[in-house]
Amino acid sequence: MLSIAVAFALLLTAAVGGVVFGRVRAVHGAVYAATLAACLILLGGAVAHLWTGGVTRTTLPIGLPWLPFHVRLDNLSALFMVIVDLAAAVASLFSLSHGPADPNRRRISPAFPLFVLGLNAVLLAADIYGFLVAWEFMSLSSWALVVSDHASEKSRRAGLIYLIVAAFGTICLLACFAIMAGSAGGLTFAALRAHPPMGAAAAVAVGLAILGAGSKAGLVPLHAWLPLAHPQAPAPASALMSGVMTKVAFYALIRILFDLMGGIAWPWGPVLLAIGAVTAVMGVLYALLQDDVKTLLAYSTVENVGIVAIALGLAVIFRADGRAGLAALALVAALYHMLNHSLAKSLMFLGAGTVIGATGHHGLARLGGLLNRLPWTGAAMLVGAAAMSALPPMNGFVSEWLIFQLLFAGPASPHWAVRFGVPVAGAALALAAALAAACFVRAYGFAFLGRPRSPEAAAAIEAPWPMRVAVALLAAGCVALGVIPATVTRILAALLRPVTGAGFDVSAGIGWPFLSPVSAGGGSYSGTVLVLAGLILFIVAVIVARRLGTSATRIDPAWDCGGGESGLDPQYSPAGFTQPLRRTLAASLFRVRETVTMPEPGDPAPATHRLELADPVWRGLYAPVIGAVDWLGERVNRLHFLTLRHYLLMMFATLVSLLLAVAIRQ
Amino acid sequence: MTPFSYDISHLTGAAILIAGFALLYQRRLRAVLGTFAIQAWALAIAAAWQAHIQHAPELWATAAIALVFKGLLVPFALAWLVERLGIHRTVETALSIGWTLVAGVALVGLSIVLVLPVTAGTAAVTRETLALAMGVVLLGMLMMITRRNAVTQVVGFMALENGLLLAAVSAKGMPLVVEMAIAFSVLVAMILFGIFFFRIRERFDSLELRYLESYRGDRT
Repeated sequence: MLSIAVAFALLLTAAVGGVVFGRVRAVHGAVYAATLAACLILLGGAVAHLWTGGVTRTTLPIGLPWLPFHVRLDNLSALFMVIVDLAAAVASLFSLSHGPADPNRRRISPAFPLFVLGLNAVLLAADIYGFLVAWEFMSLSSWALVVSDHASEKSRRAGLIYLIVAAFGTICLLACFAIMAGSAGGLTFAALRAHPPMGAAAAVAVGLAILGAGSKAGLVPLHAWLPLAHPQAPAPASALMSGVMTKVAFYALIRILFDLMGGIAWPWGPVLLAIGAVTAVMGVLYALLQDDVKTLLAYSTVENVGIVAIALGLAVIFRADGRAGLAALALVAALYHMLNHSLAKSLMFLGAGTVIGATGHHGLARLGGLLNRLPWTGAAMLVGAAAMSALPPMNGFVSEWLIFQLLFAGPASPHWAVRFGVPVAGAALALAAALAAACFVRAYGFAFLGRPRSPEAAAAIEAPWPMRVAVALLAAGCVALGVIPATVTRILAALLRPVTGAGFDVSAGIGWPFLSPVSAGGGSYSGTVLVLAGLILFIVAVIVARRLGTSATRIDPAWDCGGGESGLDPQYSPAGFTQPLRRTLAASLFRVRETVTMPEPGDPAPATHRLELADPVWRGLYAPVIGAVDWLGERVNRLHFLTLRHYLLMMFATLVSLLLAVAIRQ
Repeated sequence: MTPFSYDISHLTGAAILIAGFALLYQRRLRAVLGTFAIQAWALAIAAAWQAHIQHAPELWATAAIALVFKGLLVPFALAWLVERLGIHRTVETALSIGWTLVAGVALVGLSIVLVLPVTAGTAAVTRETLALAMGVVLLGMLMMITRRNAVTQVVGFMALENGLLLAAVSAKGMPLVVEMAIAFSVLVAMILFGIFFFRIRERFDSLELRYLESYRGDRT
């Protein structure tokens, strides 16, 4: 607890220093160094707590007069603190050189430590008031990062939409907590845990919790703000928003549904499953069609949020069915996936920041051939792309594989909705996984392979060492979590025991290093064996090639259809790459409109191809709501232009109607 | 409390209420001011009677204030203003007088239905007077919203104040300072209104409020 207090003080000092001494450029480096130190302290504190286990509680002397802030650190909080502070530490390291060079640094440096502070504070809060204050603090500090480039119209619009959705989410959470507090008679989490709501109140509270936390996580249909806001922040902040803040939203969901309510009714499982499946497929389809690198990554976050929601839905179903071991495994899989995604997505966003900084281009259509120019970043992002595409032996594969194993166990449920719904969710997840692979093949291929598509991409140079080390560390983390899946799963299962309340055999009947959690015959996987086998085969192949092949090296020009270098245009374009998928899967869903203009023969003007997408959620949900608010605002606005007598009349009418109500009630 | 003192309280309260009704159907400004003065005298008598039966000497001061300020000073000042401004003396109504009276009867009925059950435990005189006072307050408000002329709105406002004072004197233990505050605020309000009348009059040659409405700052 003391170390956490020290780290929080350090973060606050850094933020104040960033404001006061913002003119001095060297101070910005110091701000990020302090943030890095604070993140490492928090990380160390969380790991130390996980090592000893148990629960640490304290109350702070600040807060409301009758309700001081309650702080509580248990395994779930500490695990999420590890996720948060690992990514935050790396993002701070990246910012050591990225931050001071940013033209908006005076607006970013103060908000960044505050954002890290907010993320950690949500995890530590143990009463309703403290939780909501921390939650809003997190939202507002990240909003400041989103609008740091407030001169641009796009950034301001994204910030406004983010604020509206964040306010909506907080109101939902507030209402959810209000219902829970109503049945518990207290505002601390301990009181809520002792008396969870029952019946209809519980159903309403769960629905509100899913709305509130889901809006922050980016579940469809409340995802629309995410691909607008996340890419607008500077790269390290985008990494934290996408990689970490969505996880904190899931922390809130897990805390409410599994800890405070102690398990909920089974129909919420299929609901979460359906939301997750739709979110995963829509997110990845969108990601596939994006040209802007950071928007693509943000949509990919939406997909992964959907996958986590599927795992949580399975946990709800299994827990309500009394299959505690499978429920524990589902929660472990969700946590594993969040850990993987926080590492891989932070890696991809930081790498994208390096690419954008080096070339000045956001669009894939202007990148290309960067692997030769940014070898470190390129290699690290290849690992990240493999992890995001769930390729073995990377970490992304393990968690998705675990979720698939659970989906295969779903049809044994007694409820028909689960029996029929689980295979559908499984099919959606498989589709999403395949499309994610296509999406990252496209993203990586067009950014790093081929020839440069713009002069800036041709002139790109590698980033300074903190940025390279940051992505390399994350890539190492992705590999490490992937090659020892059985060990990681065992550790997570042991750490989550207080929440899940049940254990399970990680390697049923096979033993380390094989992961076979559902049953010995059901399926097993070992990244360790895979990597060892791959290494042995590689060494054998090298030896064989050395022995049998020639050692003479010959350098020849690459074959290019008989022509020479012919400029930038003849290469395959990112939009062309996804055209088949776009036409088969997304044409009617997203109302894709393509317009091709071909110049007349003899006209030297270039041919153009325009592509327009529309989000069905915008059209179907947001636009009517906006219209209704406008209509109502127009009506209410007339009240500003009444005469004095009419205002008196309104007061009089209100008074008389209230009196009438009292008279009738007697 | 003797039946006689109860009857007198009831009588004075009812007189104030009747004067409130009378205010609603006056068609001349002079008559409005006269009726208002009668209401204020009735209020003074009610306060004096309460001072007598409650043995509360401070209520004598209240009665004196009501008589001097509201019964004499305010009506004469307003009459002087009306004379000085030379405004034509018909009262412009927003709602026809018949319907205004119907609404007034309904409001008084509402206040009686409302107050009598709420105050079930208290003395009969307090209950009756509170119901009457609430009726007077509602009638004052009704006058404010059904008249277009600024002077009649001011009179409606002061009739409303009379209702409040009636409620204050009939409840035991009401400190004098509250009544003083009410009396002075009414006086200040009247002075302010008087200044405004002159200003409005200079500007528009009329005290009709609708001329003011097109000159509001927030209308673009």
